[in-house]
Amino acid sequence: MNAENKLPKQVFRSVGTRPVRPDGVDKVTGRARYGADYDMPGQLVGRILRSPHPHATIKKIDITKAEQLPGVKAVITSKDLPDLTNGDEDLLAILENCMARKKAYYDGHAVAAVAAVDANTAKAALKLIEVEYKIHKHVTDVDKAADPKAPVLRKDCITEGVSPAPTKASNIAAQSEFGHGDVAKGFKQADHIVERNFRTEQTHQGYIEPHACVASVSPDGTGEMWVCTQGHFVFRQQCAQLLGLDMAKLRVTSSEIGGGFGGKTHLWLEPVAMALSRKANLPVKLVMTREDVFRASGPTSATSIDVKIGIKNDGTITAGEATLRYASGPWKGSWAALGAMTAFACYDLKNVKTTGIEVLVNRPKTTAYRAPSAPMAAFAVESVIDELADKIDMDAVQVRIKNAAGEGTQSSYGPVYGPIGIGPTLEAAASHPHMSAPLKENQGRGMACGFWFNFGGQSCTHINIDIDGSVTLTVGTIDVGGARASLSLVVAEEFGIDYEQVKTVIGDTSTLGYNEMTDGSRGTFASSMSAIASVRKAIDEMISRAAIMWDIPAEDIEWRDGHAHATGKGHANLAPLSIADIAARAGKTGGPIAGHTELNADGAGVSFATHICDVEVDPETGLTRVIRYTVIQDAGKAVHPTYVEGQFQGGATQGIGWALNEEYVYGEDGRLQNPGFLDYRIPVCSDLPMIDTQILEIPNPNHPYGIRGVGETSIVPPLAAIGNAVSNAFGVRMTHVPMSPPRILDALEKAETETA
Amino acid sequence: MSMVVNSTINGDPIEFSCEPDETLMDALRNRVGLKGVKEGCGTGDCGACSIRLDGALVCSCLVLGAEAEGRKVDTVEGMSDGAQLHVLQTKFLEHAALQCGVCTPGFLIAAQALLEKNPTPSEEEIRYGLAGNLCRCTGYDKIVRAVQDAAKTMNKRSKSKKTTGRKK
Ligand code: FES
Ligand code: FES
Repeated sequence: MNAENKLPKQVFRSVGTRPVRPDGVDKVTGRARYGADYDMPGQLVGRILRSPHPHATIKKIDITKAEQLPGVKAVITSKDLPDLTNGDEDLLAILENCMARKKAYYDGHAVAAVAAVDANTAKAALKLIEVEYKIHKHVTDVDKAADPKAPVLRKDCITEGVSPAPTKASNIAAQSEFGHGDVAKGFKQADHIVERNFRTEQTHQGYIEPHACVASVSPDGTGEMWVCTQGHFVFRQQCAQLLGLDMAKLRVTSSEIGGGFGGKTHLWLEPVAMALSRKANLPVKLVMTREDVFRASGPTSATSIDVKIGIKNDGTITAGEATLRYASGPWKGSWAALGAMTAFACYDLKNVKTTGIEVLVNRPKTTAYRAPSAPMAAFAVESVIDELADKIDMDAVQVRIKNAAGEGTQSSYGPVYGPIGIGPTLEAAASHPHMSAPLKENQGRGMACGFWFNFGGQSCTHINIDIDGSVTLTVGTIDVGGARASLSLVVAEEFGIDYEQVKTVIGDTSTLGYNEMTDGSRGTFASSMSAIASVRKAIDEMISRAAIMWDIPAEDIEWRDGHAHATGKGHANLAPLSIADIAARAGKTGGPIAGHTELNADGAGVSFATHICDVEVDPETGLTRVIRYTVIQDAGKAVHPTYVEGQFQGGATQGIGWALNEEYVYGEDGRLQNPGFLDYRIPVCSDLPMIDTQILEIPNPNHPYGIRGVGETSIVPPLAAIGNAVSNAFGVRMTHVPMSPPRILDALEKAETETA
Repeated sequence: MSMVVNSTINGDPIEFSCEPDETLMDALRNRVGLKGVKEGCGTGDCGACSIRLDGALVCSCLVLGAEAEGRKVDTVEGMSDGAQLHVLQTKFLEHAALQCGVCTPGFLIAAQALLEKNPTPSEEEIRYGLAGNLCRCTGYDKIVRAVQDAAKTMNKRSKSKKTTGRKK
């Protein structure tokens, strides 16, 4: 399909408009059903027992008393989830995380679970489970864990990716390297070099809907699951494998999803619900409490990053180097690798080298959080670039424009870029009125850039033409924030019909072929590519039906504005046929009309953004407020601009929370001290100004409409933009996120002593 | 031992039974079937479970089911007037003030309570008035705009109602 579409479509009638979303009314009237809003007949209530220790061997679990409590229908431990992973390391990590096997690796790690007739009985049963632990020394800090003297989580953890392979186990699970050129040579050419360490703390995606599912496994080996997920096909595959079911016999239906941001790409409790259901032979509903969500569902990595960048007096960056240590929880991740790939992706560098180091710690298993790993790397790199700009007395935007990657640039992580948006977002920032607005005392302005790859991948869609001429699009990608509206627009566009004529629904795992997750900003990109192909097939079919109806050759028919038109001599008397006209006769011309596509969506088209931010710092308290914020990002083509703006605003706000407030706080005892929204404070309405947005459209040549993913990049620049704003306000470089009031006060004090 | 509670829910007399320690949120969701009342935290920190109790805005996760005895309970399910959506509902849709939508019932109820108290709020008053409700998706920008627009529309309507009233 890519070959057919050398030039993306330029003129649109539906795409680019802003209609009300198809699932909207349900969501403002309370009808929409999320994970916890669904019940199955006879369903039990599940509850999970969690380890209070950050690192302990489980010596014994006695469930007898719990099993004997009236109303308890099943109690399970890891014994009820035998290892069927067959050498698949990632799946084994999921299994171990869902239910601790020999060891509990973090405060909150599941060790047993019960299903009972009601919540109170289930809670009482948890108290009757007796677990004997042998407690080990723990480590929660990324740098301390990387130290050779740290307590080692896994005796079999030999660092991957270094040669020769180390002989001793450590918490460094893997190392990866990216780059090109010769950084040593590059640094020699530099007039100025800045080298610094930056730290970012662990944050949570913070979706408002806790994880929830209802699972039913029958003795005949079939199962059903209702679950809030970003990828029900992936959940089905993994759950079926872990429970030893045939994939085809497990039907997974995705609920409406109350936010995910990457956190719902991963199994946390679903296999447990299934094991409970299998044992009890009744459906089980399992819902996490908010405390469980914080303690035991995947936050992002805490990081420690060393960056060194060299620059010439004319503003040319001669070399960039970074070593990025990312905590991945107790299992190996590839989070540092992603950080290392994205760190310098905005720039055209002759000499660049990045090293990603995956570090095991006694914290929950890390999972994706919106543009995973990129914000931390950008914080470090964009901060140093600002500092260098200062040293050579060049404007921060101009330095970036001078070094920006463009079409043909070899990216720091390997591939050569096609047409990209970093330059245009920077130019737009330079001329944006925000950039020149006056600032008051204790206020500062910062800017920063961000990059995200964007994913494509496997997608499968189905178009059905109903006999009244209305159109159903069935997709297998979850709608996390308006995708059904966007996909309906795309279908309307391709048919040449009205948006109201199209209904997009999300099929369950039995209705479509495999679809990858809604992650990596792929949902709209990949499903729209597949939907367009499906529409084209349906159109071809309608043309052949029109040919039968008119009794003329199909070559004499052309599809335009939602109608079949007879072209050529002799057909002038034939009035165009609408979809409804053709569909009404479908029974007589060959049966139902549909279009179906499976594809691997290639060429997602990378995404760039530039953000501008004004902050005001209270020098007495250290409290920092964002008072103005502008997001400029390339969308390729904005299908539903309001929802594109929404993605920009939401991502920026998550970044603002990360930059200023949010962090996991662990005590000396290795226990999470703030597992609730009161102490893990995400931004509220009164913390923020309006978030201004500017959408740029640099078409993605690999998509028929030029679409790029838009969901993630907006969380990348805020950490650095705010750090730069604070630094510019007080002349002190901020190196530790979040910039909470105590850290700001410390920095201000340091600045004073330095200048005194 | 469960207890029987009689209250007026969304205008209708409803009897439900619940445990003495059961929250009103759980009772509304699981006993009455009003799943538009959402649980985001269960500790009064997110506002997803916001309802009106005798007109006052409360987090239903912080109220016991038993406390609804003899009182008026209003949830998002009772917000529209038959098939006619409430202005706030319409404006939330028009402005795309929801992405995932799980916070939306709580925001609608909180915004309704806010506009009843203060029909012409400034942006700042809206922001502080809704500060008890968390939204992780939108960055609040479009929520604030939807409430501003709803306030404007509601004021216009009540003004025109008043004028037509005088003419009569
Ligand atoms: S669920 Fe009641 S405030 Fe969060
Ligand atoms: S729209 Fe998702 S939390 Fe508000």
